Amino acid sequence: MTEHAEDRADAMFHALADRTRRDIMRRVLAGEHSVSALAAKYDMSFAAVQKHVAVLERAGLLTKRRTGREQLTSGDVNAVRSVAAMLGELEQVWRGRIARIDELLAAPATPPVAPPVAHPDAPPIHQED
Amino acid sequence: MPVTDVQHDLDTRTLTITADFAAPVDRVWQVYADPRQLEKVWGPPSHPATVIDHDLSPGGRVTYFMTGPEGEKYAGYWNVTAVDAPTSFSFEDGFADLDFNPNPDLPVSINVYSFTAHEAGTRAVFTGTYDTAEALQQVLDMGMVEGASSAIAQIDDLLAA
Repeated sequence: MTEHAEDRADAMFHALADRTRRDIMRRVLAGEHSVSALAAKYDMSFAAVQKHVAVLERAGLLTKRRTGREQLTSGDVNAVRSVAAMLGELEQVWRGRIARIDELLAAPATPPVAPPVAHPDAPPIHQED
Repeated sequence: MPVTDVQHDLDTRTLTITADFAAPVDRVWQVYADPRQLEKVWGPPSHPATVIDHDLSPGGRVTYFMTGPEGEKYAGYWNVTAVDAPTSFSFEDGFADLDFNPNPDLPVSINVYSFTAHEAGTRAVFTGTYDTAEALQQVLDMGMVEGASSAIAQIDDLLAA
């Protein structure tokens, strides 16, 4: 992953590692909610809910807009989807390692390794194929 | 490309990659048993790895850092949980600070690598299970779905679990 993608991943993982924030995400993915409507759903202060919303916003998972005195929030489906791209990147990390192993195995001169310890009962090792 | 199969298992939250290498099992094992070979394959060319501690035995620890193009360093560690040389080993892979103290805020994956003789070479199966409580998992689950309604269903499942 690029550093930027890593930073984004960190922000997303952090944002979603909290039960209340996941619950907020569930609501705002279903439709736009005002912060005060969200706050009414939880047994915590308006300020606390507003803080959770801010964490989700910084992680790019929801967007906020203001109409009059209300702050309206909605989930960013594309941001949630982009997580699929991160999983794809993770797969690419593995594929990269496998390609490098393949290269290393194909390299002619590899450092000598300790000879295998022969089992006492094993037949003598024959080198020819 | 030696990769022959990739599985994303949502139920067990596991990524499984199968690859066939044109080398005997003992040779593939050495890639992991030798820190100098391991560091050649672990980091991408842009972020080469340096392996510091390397104890590939049950209870052992492997520590490494990767160095980015600007000299920035990212450290990680393995806690080796099981070893059956030369056919398999298991470890937890996590992030650490530059003194190799584990960072508990970032995901830890549970990994099992296994190597079996296959045709003239080795079939390697790499599995990584991303189970850090909910953090990474939650994200992976959501990443697998298409559209908001499925995303909501996934979150609902998680909340109901």
